[in-house]
Amino acid sequence: MFTRRHMLQSALGTGAVLGASGLLPAWARPASAGNTGLTELAGSQFDLDIGKFPVRINGRTTEATGINGTVPGPLIRFREGDEVTLNVTNRLAADTSIHWHGLLVPFHMDGVPGVSFPGIHPGETFQYKFAVPQNGTYWYHSHSGLQEQVGHYGPLIIDPAGTDPVQYDREYVLVLGDWTFTDPHRVFAKLKKNAESLNFNRPTVTNPTGLTGMWGQMRMSPRDLADVTGETYTYVINGHSTADNFNMVFEPGEKVRLRIINAGAMTLFNVRLPGLPMTVVQADGLNVQPVETDEFQIGVAETYDVIVQPAEARAYAFVAESIDRSGQAVATLGPRPGMRAEAPELRPVPILTMKDMGMDHGNMGGMSEADGMKSGHEGHDMGSANVNMPGDGMPAMDHGAMKPDPHGPADQPARIEADIERGPGVVNVAAMPMSRLDEPGIGLDDVPHRTLTYSQLRSLDMNPDHRSPEREIVVHLTSNMERYMWSFDGVKFSEVTESIKFYEGERVRLTLINDTMMPHPIHLHGMFFDLVIPGLDASGGSGMHMPRKHTVVVKPAEKLSVDIAAEHVGDWAFHCHLLYHMHAGMMQVVSVLPTDVSEPMPATMEMDHEGMDHGDMKHGEDM
Amino acid sequence: MTTSSLKRIAGSGLIALSLAATPSLAQEAPDTPPWNQADAIYGEEAMAKAREDVLAEGGDQKTFYVLFNQLEAQTGGEEDSFYWNGQANWGGDVNKLWIKTEGRASLEGGGVDDAEIQALYSRAVAPFWNLQGGLRYDIEPDGLAHGVVALNGLAPYWFEVDASAFVSEKGDLTARIEAEYELLLTQRLILQPRIEANLAAQDIPERGTGSGLNSIDAGLRLRYEIKREFAPYIGVEWQGAFGGTKDFIEAAGGEADETVFLVGLRTWY
Repeated sequence: MFTRRHMLQSALGTGAVLGASGLLPAWARPASAGNTGLTELAGSQFDLDIGKFPVRINGRTTEATGINGTVPGPLIRFREGDEVTLNVTNRLAADTSIHWHGLLVPFHMDGVPGVSFPGIHPGETFQYKFAVPQNGTYWYHSHSGLQEQVGHYGPLIIDPAGTDPVQYDREYVLVLGDWTFTDPHRVFAKLKKNAESLNFNRPTVTNPTGLTGMWGQMRMSPRDLADVTGETYTYVINGHSTADNFNMVFEPGEKVRLRIINAGAMTLFNVRLPGLPMTVVQADGLNVQPVETDEFQIGVAETYDVIVQPAEARAYAFVAESIDRSGQAVATLGPRPGMRAEAPELRPVPILTMKDMGMDHGNMGGMSEADGMKSGHEGHDMGSANVNMPGDGMPAMDHGAMKPDPHGPADQPARIEADIERGPGVVNVAAMPMSRLDEPGIGLDDVPHRTLTYSQLRSLDMNPDHRSPEREIVVHLTSNMERYMWSFDGVKFSEVTESIKFYEGERVRLTLINDTMMPHPIHLHGMFFDLVIPGLDASGGSGMHMPRKHTVVVKPAEKLSVDIAAEHVGDWAFHCHLLYHMHAGMMQVVSVLPTDVSEPMPATMEMDHEGMDHGDMKHGEDM
Repeated sequence: MTTSSLKRIAGSGLIALSLAATPSLAQEAPDTPPWNQADAIYGEEAMAKAREDVLAEGGDQKTFYVLFNQLEAQTGGEEDSFYWNGQANWGGDVNKLWIKTEGRASLEGGGVDDAEIQALYSRAVAPFWNLQGGLRYDIEPDGLAHGVVALNGLAPYWFEVDASAFVSEKGDLTARIEAEYELLLTQRLILQPRIEANLAAQDIPERGTGSGLNSIDAGLRLRYEIKREFAPYIGVEWQGAFGGTKDFIEAAGGEADETVFLVGLRTWY
């Protein structure tokens, strides 16, 4: 019988019998190989085989680990509300997994080995089955080891059950990636042994900033923009390098929807189409009020949908430039298949400032926290910040900060901040973290055109949860670049003894403070972040349209807050989406505990907090 | 080597070990897992194994690193020689086993003049500093063993520093300080000034060593990183003796200081 499933399977599989570009699924092939935009394609059952296979990238044959024989993997597309079944078969010698990034699945279908399921062992087939109450552009990827770096990812589109508020004539998926021909474990090992060895933009005698002054004293580099750079990576769009030229077609005047997914392992990209404005209509799968811009920075794991309407019958370049400007991938949007737009020159490399270190200009005296000066705290893990929570069974609160901010508004959530473990893994604690939501990201401050900022984003739909948070949990993003150690609150995932606790039904505020010099795309599984934008009135109007994201980039020295409705009971991974940062320990688990077994939470908490009191840095930035 | 001298050496190593010990070493695995809600669905045993794996994968990796900072021929001095200075370490972010070796062999048929190897326990005690303790054995010239305490790391303004104190099995106290800097002329052409100083607390006549500052090697090496891991270099080094050591050398008819030219390779994996 020729069912819809078979039709889909054959559509997913046709790539395998074609030529070079034909090694890709239809949606990832260029227009010159017959792709004139996505066709309606939806299913409810998908068979996904995880294996190793050869791929050709930038003219070079190499081996990938991925899904159904292609990099990226097949486009999974289904309709909002439909129950889908995904049979994932592991044909590798090692365990594997698939995580559905941004999808609100039951936690045991979330696909994180050791957190939400045991993983898929060699030879096993695991059946994922779920229906999700959302639509939009998402993606999926392995959550096992470093498989994501070697091709184990693909796009996922959920078509709305009703009318799509976004109107367009043609659509493409653009999956951005950073390919390496080096074994990813070797890449990680090099970072561990010699963290700056992959950076070929270090301070030199002719460019000495960083050697002396505060930078030299702190042993931090203002040219440390990306751990892994174009020297190691070949940047790709749907598996195509600039030379491979992923080309798309349009008819002049058409509205073309570009679904852009950053599936890179370590690379934030600057995305632009020189000469063609973009209207951002969706971020992280959820629609936003349309905002026109010329360039945006996309963090790893973020997605943006944009509408472009090219009027001229000429080839436009679609440029994805790595944040450190050590390389780029350029695709073409042209009136005819096979056209090649002119690739722009790489722009000058930006340089970090004292602001990125969390230091105010000219006010740096005595701010140095470097060199292991202990803050007076001894090894507490993150979990210990949750003392006195229901069901915790711990006797007394002796640390962590839970007092209201005396300078803040009268009605404040109880604040929970773990002490930072000031061991060898923490070089710096940002003395003056600040809100940077109105900045476009490193290197985009001075470009001669419009750039997108988080503060411009407004959810198209009204937020489902308007409550003020009852509790605030503060998490510091911490690191020691020299030893390549990355952690939350100075505690690596391998040292975690207790998860972060949320309680079912509660509205909780998560405040992230970046004590490192790098932007981190922070992702919490199973929940959306309602981004708290200073100045947005939460009680009505635009305050009910906070942008909702599954991944939020926290800039160097930035402090930002997100409000979360803890609706789905379960254990959920919480981590930096830079793969090697996660691998080095920048990960935790958020346990959403059912409330029916616990007592009501105490309304206010007072506790003694010695040493570094981040509470003093708090005022003026909340809400 | 006598039993008592062995004890003394082991003792000095242990001082470093006990200095380095902290509560986190003693921390045991918690009885209750840090999270366990999936256990009810997939079974405790399957989840326990996967949980252990995912935690270990989040920052508990062990790394093996080997660096030969200097593998070089030295010419222009009294005798052409081959000099090596390398180290290797294995372990996690905080605790490592650290091996250091340094030595010199004649290129004019004189065999190995000096060869030492150190085996140290290294503990990261601060973001940029490791405290190390263990044993040093001088294969040449005299098979002497030492206890070692060292501080190794990156000082402000990017100076690599290694300061070691040694107690020999005969009870002699010596010290060595090495410092180097990497100045990038371009992204691959790197100038490395380096200084090594040796000190002693007493005269050690059988080794020709006087008390106080007894030698300084000050060198400049210019390398080209064909790959980061593979960098040939050329250089020049001034090697000088001082005080009692200088007297010993001069009494033996040697040159108390000389300038040598270097050709070598810096490599790591």
